[in-house]
Amino acid sequence: MVRKVKGAMNEISLMPEEQYQRLQQRNAADVKELWDLLDAVKDPEVPVLSIWDLGILRDIERVGDTVVVTITPTYSGCPAMDNISTDVTKALNDAGYTDVKVKTSLSPAWSSEWMSADGRKKLRNYGIAPPEDAPLDEDGLTPDAHALCPHCGSENTRRVSEFGSTACKALFQCDDCSEPFDYFKKI
Amino acid sequence: MSDQIKDAIQEYATRLGDDSVVLGHRISEWVSYGPFLEEDIAYGNVSLDYIGRARMFYTYAAELANDGRDEDDFAYMRNDREYRNLLLMEMPKGDFAYSQVRQLFADVYYTLLLPELLQSKDETLSAIAAKAIKETKYHLRRSRDWVLRLGDGTEESHKRTQKAVDQLWGYTHELFDMDDTEQLLADEGIGVDVSKLRDAWLKMVSDILTEATLTVPEDSWAVRGGRTGYHTENLGHMLTEMQIVHRSHPGCKW
Repeated sequence: MVRKVKGAMNEISLMPEEQYQRLQQRNAADVKELWDLLDAVKDPEVPVLSIWDLGILRDIERVGDTVVVTITPTYSGCPAMDNISTDVTKALNDAGYTDVKVKTSLSPAWSSEWMSADGRKKLRNYGIAPPEDAPLDEDGLTPDAHALCPHCGSENTRRVSEFGSTACKALFQCDDCSEPFDYFKKI
Repeated sequence: MSDQIKDAIQEYATRLGDDSVVLGHRISEWVSYGPFLEEDIAYGNVSLDYIGRARMFYTYAAELANDGRDEDDFAYMRNDREYRNLLLMEMPKGDFAYSQVRQLFADVYYTLLLPELLQSKDETLSAIAAKAIKETKYHLRRSRDWVLRLGDGTEESHKRTQKAVDQLWGYTHELFDMDDTEQLLADEGIGVDVSKLRDAWLKMVSDILTEATLTVPEDSWAVRGGRTGYHTENLGHMLTEMQIVHRSHPGCKW
């Protein structure tokens, strides 16, 4: 959970454990330049988010002359995975790494907790409410109301559909500014 | 791992893949026919989850088979007699009530089965279960809501929903059957002993049907055969449509 401490000062976001671990992994990697390079690969469905921001870039290794990149799908049937593999290979090829292998790893299962703090901000600015902008219901699922509207900030909103334009999103509507918006589901 | 266990896991992964792809395809038949746009999109999403799940199971089965086939060969190059899915999954889409009742039966089943599969000693099966569990929570909430709304709705929707429950009930017994392959894997802590899930399934389904003012049918008939490749006439027609493009252009990539 991202907890926000509200006070007279600016809001302070505490970094969830999962994100901290990811950041440590990235900073410790001996192929740091490759992580930086792959920041250019965006999710085709949410083009403001890089695959790092979204948390689907799991690992980068050099095995001999081969660069092995491990990615993980957000949802089982995510149709963007093939595109992302191609984009990763292309980005590395363009930078002179000719021997690239992209592996898909299922375990541990992707969690929306892995999304970077920066990614969450970008998502909100793009008009999609990030997972922490809604109070979850008792089952830990998307609630039927009160996701914060990314356009006007109101919580006077309601869920229109549990399943939005992609598997990872639900559709909401704001009853103050009347704009519809996507909410990135917490899983 | 002994060859016997390896073959059993390959068969098991294929069965679970077959269940998922057949149900996923059936659900996809609603795309562009949903009662309203959001529901149409919801059905498309659920279908995608199942087809993605099938892909993961088939990829694993192909890896174990190690005979040059990939996941597409498993989905598109096998005939109905080679399919091992549960009959419930292949029943036609019917009307909206029929599809939602089938969905409820399947969603409750997976709600019970997946946490067990998560405990599997087989890391891949466990990893697939971990992904699918999260999705199934959303699926069940939706099918449950629909069955409540339709059962406790108008006279017409109640009538159709009850009819669907009665027509599908006899296909649910097979969900809890075990055979030698599945027993072997259950004993090894790899597969799920589905025979132990029936009571919990019945309780959850009965509670929802009762709340929806529907009657839980008596167990008066049962149809079985999916796990041994004996299917209803519906599967062949469905596979014909599902496989035509792949079989017309073998090996085609895009």
